[in-house]
Amino acid sequence: MFDHDIIVVGGGPAGMTAAIYARRAGKSVLVLEALSCGGQILNTPDIENYPVEAHISGFDFSQKVYEQAKGLGAEFKFEMAVELRDEGDEKVVVTNKGEYRAKAVILATGSANRKLGVEDEDRLVGRGVSYCATCDGNFYRKKTVAVVGGGNTALEDALYLADLCQKVYLIHRRDSFRGDDTNAERLKARENVEIVYNANVTKLIAEKKLKAIEVTDKNTGDVRTIELNGLFVAVGRVPENNNFAGLIDLDEAGYAASGEDCHTRTPGVFVAGDNRAKALRQLVTATADGAMAATEAVKYVNER
Amino acid sequence: MSVIVVTKSNFEAEVLKSDVPVLADFNAGWCGPCRAMKPMLDELAEGNTAYKIVSIDIDEEDELADEYDVSSIPCLVVFKGGEEVNRSVGLIAKDAIAELVEG
Repeated sequence: MFDHDIIVVGGGPAGMTAAIYARRAGKSVLVLEALSCGGQILNTPDIENYPVEAHISGFDFSQKVYEQAKGLGAEFKFEMAVELRDEGDEKVVVTNKGEYRAKAVILATGSANRKLGVEDEDRLVGRGVSYCATCDGNFYRKKTVAVVGGGNTALEDALYLADLCQKVYLIHRRDSFRGDDTNAERLKARENVEIVYNANVTKLIAEKKLKAIEVTDKNTGDVRTIELNGLFVAVGRVPENNNFAGLIDLDEAGYAASGEDCHTRTPGVFVAGDNRAKALRQLVTATADGAMAATEAVKYVNER
Repeated sequence: MSVIVVTKSNFEAEVLKSDVPVLADFNAGWCGPCRAMKPMLDELAEGNTAYKIVSIDIDEEDELADEYDVSSIPCLVVFKGGEEVNRSVGLIAKDAIAELVEG
């Protein structure tokens, strides 16, 4: 017995857009979201690059899309999907609370912060370790912080923090940046920014709160201790595909290996958003994926 | 009970001297995950007499945030008998919030 035509796993911009398209095509839709609708975009204080609104907060954006999807009749349940089973014509999504059956499933699970993987990192989150400079930067006003990473996010974080903090270290494991050139040049021009190249953070030193880090030069093995108040980790994101890896192919980085049509190797299982392999991960490409995956899922359901 | 707004002036009475456990939500209006968690906290507070939920705006109450070493929000701190007994940082599910205080 089917509960729904289509189950969407993940209530971020991709998943909610998929729900909107599927509902408009007349299909019954259940969206399963583990936390709160919006996902990663909730952390963005001001969206300036999505058409129509010049400025909107990630939270307000998420609320609007949620109301839109709900208004069209999509059902939402706040449960964490832990498993997906393919029973031929029936797809079964297992959550922390129950099981749901549908003809097609769209995996729009997004991604999570990549951790550094050093001891005590989890314990020190909120006690000096942060993954979001724009969220937590204010707590470190006039203090000393370090940003770890070499991508665009790390460079933007370091620039943002350089305006607030007394001193910003940027710890980068390579000798040059793959991020935006302009940002790298801007950073190098800042007097309160020190870039530490070829280095990895190898130890967090803390009592109740973080007070210093140890960085190891990857060429010489030299260890340097940097005293600081905050450490901002910006070493990329990890796609949330592991619970479904049995039914979809993943690329080396763990992203769902799927083309623009959002198909996977399992008929009736589609992927949309940041967990899919693609060249650009933005709000607008996430919602575009949602539209595509839903259209393909609707087609699949109609052909059953 | 609904969520009670707490400032420095009523923190001692509402939190430290509370007869029941207190779940303190350190938040700010500009913080998306904090706003996303608000309806969950409202639902948990509604009709709840086992514990109380208080909201502390870290921009208004920076001294309290400092005193309790809050450096990432949303930050939920559980107080029992005036002492911190549990803490969680970041957006979590409603069940996980309840578990934080109910143990």
